[in-house]
Amino acid sequence: MENQNLTSTATANTSLMQNLQEVRDMIRRHKRKDIIFASVGLLALVLALLTLLTLFSDLVIDGYPKFNPDFLTEFPSRRAAHAGILSAWVGSLLVMLVTFLTAVPMGVAAGLYLEEYAPKNWLSDLIEINVSNLAGVPSIVYGLLALGLFVYGLDLGQSILTAGLTLGLLILPIVIVSTREAIRAIPASIREAAYAVGATKWQVVKDHVLKYSQGGIMTGVIIGMSRALGETAPIITIGALTFIAFLPPAPISTTAPFINFEWLSSGFTVLPIQMFNWLSRPDHAFQVNAAATGAIIILVTLLMNGVAIWLRYKIRKNIKW
Amino acid sequence: MDQVSHVTKAESRNLNFYYSNGAHALKGINMPLYENKITALIGPSGCGKSTFLRCFNRMHDLYPGNRYDGQIVMHPDNTNILADGVDPIEVRMRISMVFQKPNPFPKSIYENVAYGLRVRGGKNKKVIDDKVEQALRGAALWDEVKDRLNDLAFNLSGGQQQRLCIARALATDPEIMLFDEPTSALDPIATASIEELMTELRNKLTILVVTHNMQQAARVSDYTAYMYLGDLVEFSKTDDIFIKPKDKRTEDYITGRIG
Ligand SMILES: Nc1ncnc2c1ncn2[C@@H]1O[C@H](COP(=O)(O)OP(=O)(O)OP(=O)(O)O)[C@@H](O)[C@H]1O
Ligand SMILES: [Mg+2]
Repeated sequence: MENQNLTSTATANTSLMQNLQEVRDMIRRHKRKDIIFASVGLLALVLALLTLLTLFSDLVIDGYPKFNPDFLTEFPSRRAAHAGILSAWVGSLLVMLVTFLTAVPMGVAAGLYLEEYAPKNWLSDLIEINVSNLAGVPSIVYGLLALGLFVYGLDLGQSILTAGLTLGLLILPIVIVSTREAIRAIPASIREAAYAVGATKWQVVKDHVLKYSQGGIMTGVIIGMSRALGETAPIITIGALTFIAFLPPAPISTTAPFINFEWLSSGFTVLPIQMFNWLSRPDHAFQVNAAATGAIIILVTLLMNGVAIWLRYKIRKNIKW
Repeated sequence: MDQVSHVTKAESRNLNFYYSNGAHALKGINMPLYENKITALIGPSGCGKSTFLRCFNRMHDLYPGNRYDGQIVMHPDNTNILADGVDPIEVRMRISMVFQKPNPFPKSIYENVAYGLRVRGGKNKKVIDDKVEQALRGAALWDEVKDRLNDLAFNLSGGQQQRLCIARALATDPEIMLFDEPTSALDPIATASIEELMTELRNKLTILVVTHNMQQAARVSDYTAYMYLGDLVEFSKTDDIFIKPKDKRTEDYITGRIG
């Protein structure tokens, strides 16, 4: 009797151990897949980073001789050694300013309207699809549109204003889409909480919706701006000059009325165009300038994206849902 | 009997409600809310308790396509708060709400409570300070948070967060306060403190509370309404409904045969 019990316990034990062994084997098999996937992912990441790093260091090494303050304070010149990017970075800065001032208010307002105010029906669906599609339209198409609309139609000329508006239009969908995404991430319960104490729609939007979505919105804006910074095709299409040895009139002056808008209608060049111009020269010395300019563009872009990540982290830190 | 001796604070009259998908969630509900009393809404899941509760502060207006039919009349002014001409914002200023899951804003404790006052244009710091303190005391939270009013509300425990939401709803001196399962996300101790709070609040205002917890309804409420599939089956004094329910369905639910 006792013996029997013992043997049955023993068999139960062995089968339990067997079971356990099977489970362990299974887990090991599953984990192998984990490792495989992680390695593939890591490999892809390393490859991408390596490519970027090679590209960047290549530009840095080629452009190294030009990394001095003079490069930033000199105008372009026929003599490569003296040529700088003063007019190009000032041009980029001013164009970006116009882009920022048009795309951000318009994009945020449009996203906010679509998400919070617009009735949800087939028309808003249609608009949504179109806005998302616009983000994928090749940038040269925007250039053509701008050439017809801003340069000839509105007679704005081949100016900073035209370029800024064109790039503003180009990144508008990015700003709209990221605004909507950021707004959608706010849970309904927070909105209901605000409405329940008697807030109006605008109060809910300004005190809550905009506040909690600003991290996402700013990220979208910065990503859009860094894209605009590197855009070349649409700017060439609207007829930016490639050789500019003057600066636009300063927007701010020390004498009344302190602010002027002449710079908006000034001719200009931007960093990627300056780079493109130098690249197309046969003289090797200019290739050095091009490389240095390229390195600077990448650096600024990386910096902007870094700021975007930091902002998102900082703003999300106090929000948990 | 003495039901009639109570002052009616609000009453729904033949109230029907339809969700945007056409679902007929409330079917001709007639029910009073007595002033300075706690009325509990009970019934099986999906019977329309939340739907009914959310009619009182016009929360359904936030989502397009929802439709009310019938009236909710508030006294003493006799306003039908569902009428087209009545602004839902005005209704929400008079009737506040505490939700099932605590939903503080990602702001400081102070700002959470002050928000209702700010929405009403409150600017005077002294006045707001006083109101915030009063509301936090009213919500039995003051002693726990008075030294860290500028901390983020998320850093409070679940029960504290819910009391904060009560304080937020209280700060604007509402006439009626709605609670949708206010303790279902809380542990027994936090639940007990919220229940105690509700019975104290009764002196100041009228309360309508949805609960899944029969004991809770029996403990805190003066009146109980039993709903089933969008109908109001029975409404009477809590003692009566739990001791001698008139309707078979109520009896079945209370004794645990449905739901
Ligand atoms: N947004 C909605 N759209 C369509 N139908 C809905 C919606 N919300 C609820 N309903 C339906 O309305 C009915 C009542 O729902 P309600 O949320 O009021 O129930 P409840 O009594 O609060 O249930 P619970 O106890 O589970 O919270 C249910 O049949 C539900 O499916
Ligand atoms: Mg409910």
